[in-house]
Amino acid sequence: MMRNPHRTQRIAFFLLLTATLLIVVPVGYILLVIIQKGLPAISWQFIFDIPRHGMKAGGIFPAIVGTIYLVSGAIAFALPIGLLGAVYLSEYSRDNILTRIIKLAIVNLSGVPSVVYGLFGLALFVVFFKFGASILSGSLTLGIMILPIIITTSREALESVPQSFREVSLSLGASKWQTIRNIVLPNAVPGILTGTILGLGRAAGETAPILFTVAAFYLPQLPGSIFDQAMALPYHLYVISTQVPNVDEKIRYGTAFVLLALVLFMNLVAIIIRYRFRKRKKW
Amino acid sequence: MSKIITKNLNLWYANFHAIKSVNACFEANRITAVIGPSGCGKSTLLRVFNRMNDLIEGVRTDGEVLVDGENILGAHTDLVELRKKVGMVFQRPNPFPLSIYENIVFGERIHHGFIRRYELDEIVENSLKSVLLWDELKDELKEPALRLSLEQKQRLCIARLIAGKPDVLLMDEPCSTLDPQGTSRVEELMRELKNNYTIIIVTHNMQQAARVSDDTGFMLLGELVEFGKTEKIFTAPEDKRTEDYITGRYG
Repeated sequence: MMRNPHRTQRIAFFLLLTATLLIVVPVGYILLVIIQKGLPAISWQFIFDIPRHGMKAGGIFPAIVGTIYLVSGAIAFALPIGLLGAVYLSEYSRDNILTRIIKLAIVNLSGVPSVVYGLFGLALFVVFFKFGASILSGSLTLGIMILPIIITTSREALESVPQSFREVSLSLGASKWQTIRNIVLPNAVPGILTGTILGLGRAAGETAPILFTVAAFYLPQLPGSIFDQAMALPYHLYVISTQVPNVDEKIRYGTAFVLLALVLFMNLVAIIIRYRFRKRKKW
Repeated sequence: MSKIITKNLNLWYANFHAIKSVNACFEANRITAVIGPSGCGKSTLLRVFNRMNDLIEGVRTDGEVLVDGENILGAHTDLVELRKKVGMVFQRPNPFPLSIYENIVFGERIHHGFIRRYELDEIVENSLKSVLLWDELKDELKEPALRLSLEQKQRLCIARLIAGKPDVLLMDEPCSTLDPQGTSRVEELMRELKNNYTIIIVTHNMQQAARVSDDTGFMLLGELVEFGKTEKIFTAPEDKRTEDYITGRYG
């Protein structure tokens, strides 16, 4: 049978376009609904007030602050460790069966359901280390959850730095560490930040890992130390959507809107930093 | 005076015998060319002199390589010192994605930590002058080095190297990515530099070897077939294989 190249071309184009639309349209629709229903709720009072009347009125400030603390804590824990691990794996470890298994295991860890991390955090940080349900436990749990993402993307970023840079640096008499510090790491920054962005978004949005380790159902004050419990946006959203009856739709969508905006804003900062680094580096 | 002497040098990549009992003397303040067909081991030989082969797993060497009378193949050799003394120019010009200025002072910063600004400025000026780039680039030292032309990049790499005051310049096909004008200017530069440095160049451009070098070694399948004055190798080679290669029977 003769194939008509024009027809197969049209079919391929149609399939690819459909797939793209299937991705874009639902996401766009969700965004649209959240903006449409959530935007009217946004006011200074909504953002900077504590929840009142059993969370049916007032604002969500403690949840915003809680989420910012948790995400910062998670990044502060996971970024240094993840980066150092990635440097070891990509620059120092030998390429053998063991390191390949380790690398594969790390990639797979990022697919573990978040509730498993939640249980792990409960057992290790809350109970074993006796941190209790606290910002510390929650941050560490979230940090462990995003470690695989940070390690994997950082490793890829380090490995994509051209081998010739390392060779020249060594040939000029630099030691291995000087080469990594001065040449490899600066050139891997954009990729490392990409991993951080991904981890950040995930840490901000997950409910399950904080459920057992930090999240307070209702705590109308700001946390005083890292050993306090805290409210957090995703959990608060879950609570007012399912656990508390008759919460105004406006407040629910407003909370979702703030969560989205927060993640978007944090991403934006990282994207700007990445862009500035990338502009300097071209090879 | 012999700057580098190899005695019964052998090198294996795992089971592949890449360099076979090479004995040669590389003289100071001369340009020595190493020629031979692809895969004959000439780049490998070059990379023995600054121990760059160490980066490859499974490399084994025996014999001796004396640089200024000291065997550099020993386990106690200080690679940092060796590589400061024996520098390398690579086939593809490979400046770092930094400014022209920062490229040149890279080694200085690494080796000495804090250095005064005027000292660095002086190093940059002297290095660029010795590769004849100063007049072209003195007003754009802060520009990214990756914007330069290929030839300028290669000169910059040479400047970066001599900023660290090496004795020996190893050049691994330094002109193979350059056009004929660029090539002839870099060759001119090499003649200039040999007054102060020992230069060893690997090339599979025989005409280049004939043009720039004082001594020439011909390698084939890991063996150094013939080594001697360039005029002699190119006009009256002793070995039949050298003659066949020079006259273009294979290669």
